[in-house]
Amino acid sequence: MTKRMGEETAGQRREEDPPYFYPDYVSTRLRAPRKPLIILPRTLSDVTGPAYGHGPVGEFDDDLTRHHSGEPLGERIIVTGSVLDGDGRPVRNSLVEIWQANAAGRYTHENDRHPAPLDPNFSGAGRCLTDDDGHYRFVTVKPGAYPWKNHHNAWRPAHIHLSLFGGAFRSRLITQMYFPGDPLFGQDPIFQSVRDEKARRRMISTFDLETTQPEWALGYRFDIVLEGREATPMENHR
Amino acid sequence: MSTEPTPSQTIGPFFHDALLDEDRSQLVSPDDPGAMRIVGTVYDGAGEVVPDAMVEIWQANRAGRYNHPADDRDDLLLEEEFSGFGRAGTDADGGFSFLTVKPGPVPGPNGMVQAPHVMVSVFARGLLKRLVSRIYFPDEEEANAADPVLSSIEDQELRRTLIARDEGGALRFDIRLQGDGQTAFFGF
Repeated sequence: MTKRMGEETAGQRREEDPPYFYPDYVSTRLRAPRKPLIILPRTLSDVTGPAYGHGPVGEFDDDLTRHHSGEPLGERIIVTGSVLDGDGRPVRNSLVEIWQANAAGRYTHENDRHPAPLDPNFSGAGRCLTDDDGHYRFVTVKPGAYPWKNHHNAWRPAHIHLSLFGGAFRSRLITQMYFPGDPLFGQDPIFQSVRDEKARRRMISTFDLETTQPEWALGYRFDIVLEGREATPMENHR
Repeated sequence: MSTEPTPSQTIGPFFHDALLDEDRSQLVSPDDPGAMRIVGTVYDGAGEVVPDAMVEIWQANRAGRYNHPADDRDDLLLEEEFSGFGRAGTDADGGFSFLTVKPGPVPGPNGMVQAPHVMVSVFARGLLKRLVSRIYFPDEEEANAADPVLSSIEDQELRRTLIARDEGGALRFDIRLQGDGQTAFFGF
């Protein structure tokens, strides 16, 4: 048993993932573990997971422009895509949670001190379940870029945070979706922490004319591939 | 379409309204005879508390069955109302707390049995991907000694970080992200 579980340098397992310790992103310096990760064997404990980790999803939870009495300011957008497992199969009935800054680059969060206006008609949080084809869809506004204190004149590229469960504990993922052609990519250590260029490109949505609705909203497509695959009955060791 | 995995990115500091708008830290009613509190504090490498982390747990029920279609062991009672999932943010003092029940033992690799344990995910600003750990129970010495995952960890000090401490009334599972006494974290 022991021989099957080797050790590895922390953060080197999935090459598409960023390392834990990435000093350019200053907050990793005291928070990244420095001891090697211990490799977990595949067991029932991690091929299972919460079917969805939240209460029932409300009717307008997927439309962030309808959470208040008026419409938020900014560029109205539709964000849609598929959630797939590692074998390319759709992940059905699975919770997708998102959060983002408003069009001016400000979060409705007490710790966000960026002197950009709050929008009384935008809170920036949404959720939905994937459908039978693994599709999800949100209506929101395009988030603005915002400054942060990581280094001198540091700015985060516009992004939407996404939280996904997939079908198993193993497939849990929190990531960020970026917008095509953002001039801020080069100086952003969070985006650049993914060292493989092809992997970085997988975090950038694509403008999609088919999703775009005439005279109403621009469409962006962002497909997500989670780690792992569905458990097979073979794995239910008795 | 590509089937290459989407990379992980940090949860950042501004997730609270989206992810913690409902209290998901109580997996059972306080009246449940098996109700048990698990508390902990998240510390960084300088020993400072981490007030902006999110901790999630996933566990089997008291019979050792997961509320998931892949666990089809119908001989074990499935409690529909027990999801096995919990989520809590850390407070200004870096603390988190769950009310749950102790899970039963669950199957391990190669026909082995795993000691009762709770799967843990930690997310925070400064963590570019989640950290995975496990909570084991201090009153399960024999089962812990035979557990295939615990016994694969040769470093005794590291192994001990996975066993919660009985504080009388609550179990304590502190999470040290870095430095002396760093918690054992897992990769897949």
